[in-house]
Amino acid sequence: MQSDDVIWSVINTQFCSYKVKTATQNFCRNEYNVTGLCNRQSCPLANSRYATVREKEGVLYLYVKTIERAHSPAHMWEKIRLSNNYTKALEQIDKELIHWPNFTIHKCKQRVTKITQYLIKMRRLALRQQPKLIGVKKKLDRREAVRERKALSAAKLERSIEAELIERLKSKAYGDMPLNVNEAVWQAVLDRERGVETEGEKGKGRGLDLVHDETDEEDEELEEEEEEEGWGEREFVSDLSGEEDELSDLEDVVSGEEDDEESDEEGDEEGTEDEEAPSKKGALGKRKAPSKPQKPPRKGPEKKARRGPRVEVEYEQEMESVPLTKEAIANW
Amino acid sequence: MPPSRFEPSSIRNKVKREEIARKQKKEKRQGKLQRRLAQAKAEADDPLLKKKRLTQNVPRTLDNTREYDPSMLTANPNAEPEAGPSSLLQEGEETDQPVVQPEDESAADIAADPFAEYFSGALDPSTPPKVLITTSPKATRLTYDFCDELVGVFPGAEFIRRKKGKGFEMGRIAGWAANRDYSHLVVVNEDMKKPNALTVVHLPEGPTAYFKLTSIELSQQISGHARSTAHFPELVLNGFVTRLGHTVGRLFQTFFPPMPEFQGRQVVTLHNQRDFLFFRRHRYAFRSTEKVALQEIGPRFTLKLRYLKKGLPAVKNLGAPSKPLEFDTGEDEEAERKDAPEEGMAIDGESEAGKKKVLPPTDDEYLWIWKPELETTRRTFFL
Repeated sequence: MQSDDVIWSVINTQFCSYKVKTATQNFCRNEYNVTGLCNRQSCPLANSRYATVREKEGVLYLYVKTIERAHSPAHMWEKIRLSNNYTKALEQIDKELIHWPNFTIHKCKQRVTKITQYLIKMRRLALRQQPKLIGVKKKLDRREAVRERKALSAAKLERSIEAELIERLKSKAYGDMPLNVNEAVWQAVLDRERGVETEGEKGKGRGLDLVHDETDEEDEELEEEEEEEGWGEREFVSDLSGEEDELSDLEDVVSGEEDDEESDEEGDEEGTEDEEAPSKKGALGKRKAPSKPQKPPRKGPEKKARRGPRVEVEYEQEMESVPLTKEAIANW
Repeated sequence: MPPSRFEPSSIRNKVKREEIARKQKKEKRQGKLQRRLAQAKAEADDPLLKKKRLTQNVPRTLDNTREYDPSMLTANPNAEPEAGPSSLLQEGEETDQPVVQPEDESAADIAADPFAEYFSGALDPSTPPKVLITTSPKATRLTYDFCDELVGVFPGAEFIRRKKGKGFEMGRIAGWAANRDYSHLVVVNEDMKKPNALTVVHLPEGPTAYFKLTSIELSQQISGHARSTAHFPELVLNGFVTRLGHTVGRLFQTFFPPMPEFQGRQVVTLHNQRDFLFFRRHRYAFRSTEKVALQEIGPRFTLKLRYLKKGLPAVKNLGAPSKPLEFDTGEDEEAERKDAPEEGMAIDGESEAGKKKVLPPTDDEYLWIWKPELETTRRTFFL
């Protein structure tokens, strides 16, 4: 029947399906092997008296095989659950394997130690949140790169940003006294608005507006010329900080200073142009300084410089603006 | 069968064939030129003609043939994305929405989203929102450079290196940041030693957005770039039309102080075109009423939304017994920090109870995930 020596001689000299041969030593792939080595002592097949420790879903079991059950392979192994407590498990092994060879007891204990250690490590790893690894999909990446390139060219970024900024400027999103706009430009915006309003009253405002929007770079020169004619107007708005002044000035104008208009205009234009240059520089260059409080420095000098001619200029422009726009309409 | 045209290819002599083919081609070219000249002349006489032609001949693009999405918030689904919301007038726009039923609903929905606090004007406009910028673990130089640029972009940004070791999951960091009054967390993810993704967390309640990050160009690499100043920039959000798009747009808006400092003349743009979000920063100057000069400040990069989560990033094992392992180095600080609120609690329990500790969730709740199969056609866009 059961003859350990016969079995071992076959395994050792002929063939064993669990045997893994390497250059230095032979290993055993049998699950019940306590050491993993292929030798006489730790072979689970060639030993009718054998014990090992196995782990199933985190629980340790001591497997014991005795010669009395060798005739019935179904009941060959006796399975004893070991305690979760490491020291208790060792004691249990001592108790269960009393009078067994020291080799078996020792190897079983070693295996308990090893299994407990890897269980601890497994649990610790499971607790840690590992980054999720995702495969690189080359084809997708390539496709998206192409689409991105095309979307970028379809976006016309600079143009759309410019359009948005212009839109904000014209819709007065920057407030009545914008800090980010050159005075000349701001005045032009105001002029245009006023022009549109007056025209709108006459029912022609629409057409003017449309034409205005379409003006391309060619027309810009024209515009600028017009702006130059209207220099005085710009000064009007920026200079007048108080509404009362404006009103009283207007009244004065109405009372009649038309005689002075022409003579004043020339003087004003010169004056304004002189002022124009420094203010532009200020807008583009100096204002970059981050910590400066912008408002006071910018307004102060301008006001002082313009105080004299200012009043007269305003009236004239008010009067002028209407004929100017008419001319413009005619031209367009 | 129509009568077959004469084709020079039927001529067998090569010299003759080439000659005739050349002649035909030239004729065709000349004909086309003549047509165009005539058209130009006619249009020069009558500008209306040109206008008419331009309005009639609108090329079909992916943008104007975009598939209708029921969550679009513009009145006209075919509207050009360029006509999208402008950040400056956001609140005004929402109230402007036409009085159609679903739009009312969506307006109410938008008004109740997690960003509502920012738009309600409850925040101090002079203090920029606090933004915490960090990287994925073990980042390298390119990523740090990019983070430096980001710090320059967001007025209230602060960069902190990602700590090594366990217990510094994104969700946990988000929770700590929320408890320290940060309003955003930005995590730059890196792969193959290059930044490849951006996780943006709005604190304290989310949402969390994850973007693919491509085409990064730092300011240094942009030729003729301007220097940035510390002014709060203004914001241009172009082309966000759907409900999802609005969420993303509003998320980015909350990165910046509500009131820009216009004297800085800086504008930050996030332009959505076909779901790609192009980030740009410029300095502008109005040259005339029709013309703006732009100078790029940088950086440039492109984002593409991959997913949007409802809350903070999840921490799977929150409250797991790994606590003692967690704070190996920071234990002292942590202990002090914990003590401080307790003392406060003893003094005035009510105020402390009012300020709840923010904890990350243990499970993810996705609002939207991008999948390749979602893009059934090339004309399907989600933002």
